Amino acid sequence: MTTKTTVAESAFRPTARNFSKFRRMLPRLLTLLLLSAVAIISLFPLYWLFVTALTPASTTVRMPPQIIPKNPTLENIVDMIRISGTGELNVLGTGWIIRMPRMLIWFINTTFIALFSTGFHVFFDAMAGYAFAKRRFPGSRVLFWMILAALMIPGQVTLVPLFLMITKMDLVNSYSGVILPGLADVIGIFLLKQFMQTIPTELEEAARVDGASEWTIFIKIIMPLSVPALAVTAIFAFQRYWNSFLWPLIVLQDPDLFTLQVGLSYIHTSEFGTNYGLLMAGAALAAVPMIIFFFAFQKYFMQGLRIGAIKG
Amino acid sequence: MVHPPATRPGLAQRFVQAWNKYKWSYFFIFPSMLLFFIFTAYPVGQAFLLAFQKVDLRGSEWIGLKNFQDIFASKLFWLSMQHTFIYAAFVVAAWLVTSLLVAVLIQPLHNRIQSLFRAAFYLPNVISIVVISLVWIWIFEPQFGFFNYLLSLIGQEPVRWLQNPRIALWSIVLSTVLIVPGSGVVIYSAAIGSIPRDYYEAAEVEGANGFQKLLHITLPLLNPTTLYLMVIYTIAGFQIFERVYIMTGGGPINRTTTIVQLIYQTAFSDFNFGRASAQGLILFAIIAIFSMIQFKFLGTDIEY
Repeated sequence: MTTKTTVAESAFRPTARNFSKFRRMLPRLLTLLLLSAVAIISLFPLYWLFVTALTPASTTVRMPPQIIPKNPTLENIVDMIRISGTGELNVLGTGWIIRMPRMLIWFINTTFIALFSTGFHVFFDAMAGYAFAKRRFPGSRVLFWMILAALMIPGQVTLVPLFLMITKMDLVNSYSGVILPGLADVIGIFLLKQFMQTIPTELEEAARVDGASEWTIFIKIIMPLSVPALAVTAIFAFQRYWNSFLWPLIVLQDPDLFTLQVGLSYIHTSEFGTNYGLLMAGAALAAVPMIIFFFAFQKYFMQGLRIGAIKG
Repeated sequence: MVHPPATRPGLAQRFVQAWNKYKWSYFFIFPSMLLFFIFTAYPVGQAFLLAFQKVDLRGSEWIGLKNFQDIFASKLFWLSMQHTFIYAAFVVAAWLVTSLLVAVLIQPLHNRIQSLFRAAFYLPNVISIVVISLVWIWIFEPQFGFFNYLLSLIGQEPVRWLQNPRIALWSIVLSTVLIVPGSGVVIYSAAIGSIPRDYYEAAEVEGANGFQKLLHITLPLLNPTTLYLMVIYTIAGFQIFERVYIMTGGGPINRTTTIVQLIYQTAFSDFNFGRASAQGLILFAIIAIFSMIQFKFLGTDIEY
């Protein structure tokens, strides 16, 4: 009898403990399950993009589809680069021509436009942000108010006037036609002004006493101290320029000048538009750089969003 | 400079003084202001002028309010308004609910797991809409697409997701809401994290359960965040273009045409630049009105 209860007890006690532990863990477990399910749905299109891109063309159009690719291959990517055709890359518009597959040209064009735009955009915005943060001058309030007002105007309002202007300036079908209007984005000025206001003015005063020029103060003191805000501005600008579609679509007509997004929509409407293996391979080529970019600068993406939220 | 002059300095002299005092300020703002005036301020002004003209590739003439009259008399305009409103309403509602739900659910988790989930939910949002739309065309493909495969598993007939005029718009809505907006998750999550713990402890002392705490503490304190997200998502919803352009091109039989798609067609297929400008201004007005309404309704009790 005693032995029996002991056995029963020893068998029961851990189970009870396990059960109550299970009871406590249950809500957390369910939460994790639910979150994972939502995350899987959210990430599925991206997963499907890469699965299709890496599935041999013969098995793409098959029922049932392969959820996990059995024989992953780069065939589609190679084919996609081939069928995009051969084009001429006019290096930086200098007239130095290199012949290569269009897909590669689009990649280079997009990288060039995005990097160039981001660089100038952030530097000019930093200059203006500094002036608005630290200096009072006639017109500063009116100008800053105008910038805030411009933030509320949707881009579609200026679409037609900008196109007519670019046509008049003979910039249709050129990198400048894509880049110049894009530089006029003012959100960075606002973000950088808010940040630079927090830099103690004593630092500038001390440098001024030491005889530093205004330009030196900006480059040697303000810019290094603003690196976190500059990084956030640059990262969001780069993402925007890399993914931008409507404006390049309108301005660019020569396939040798296309960006990746415009090139993809061009392939989509071409004879290869229903070859989904190829199409996904092209889309994957456009997506991979942004994915790497996101994981490299994840911290700044999250910071930038929180800053935006506090401003709103 | 030691003894200020007794007489007022001349105009030229004052100008030189002001110039010396402010030249660096103007130097710093010059590049962005130049770009801003040429490529934003001037085109905004132009848009207002173009809206009252007949502008095409040959030239332009003043026609008063005719562009607006033509727009309001056009069936396609009202159809595109209807599509845009349906899209915006469903997308904004779904995005707010899902991002809030996810943010609330990840809050009690360990920090590492939280940031893992935040990254997972944000990742699809860095990819271009063009790429995402191309994947959705493939998922919606009638014969070999993934969705019709899922339907076949439960014995359903295949659906022509993007080809059926009655379904196409809903397919585009579905493609948008099935990806949780990472920005909403991150922003809500930051806002929930900043709510003082004492509020919840006080509620626990009084015997509130998890749901009551969510309803009476978390949600009211998140009002400013909800307003902010609602405004930016509404603006984004009204501006929907790339999905429609890539997935359906506004078809079938104009059943997915939205306002921006209409602006694009009017300007770059019909080359009716005046009317396209007028349509752009109407979109601007709608967005402005909606932002104001949202601020009025949700903005009043925001200060605590």
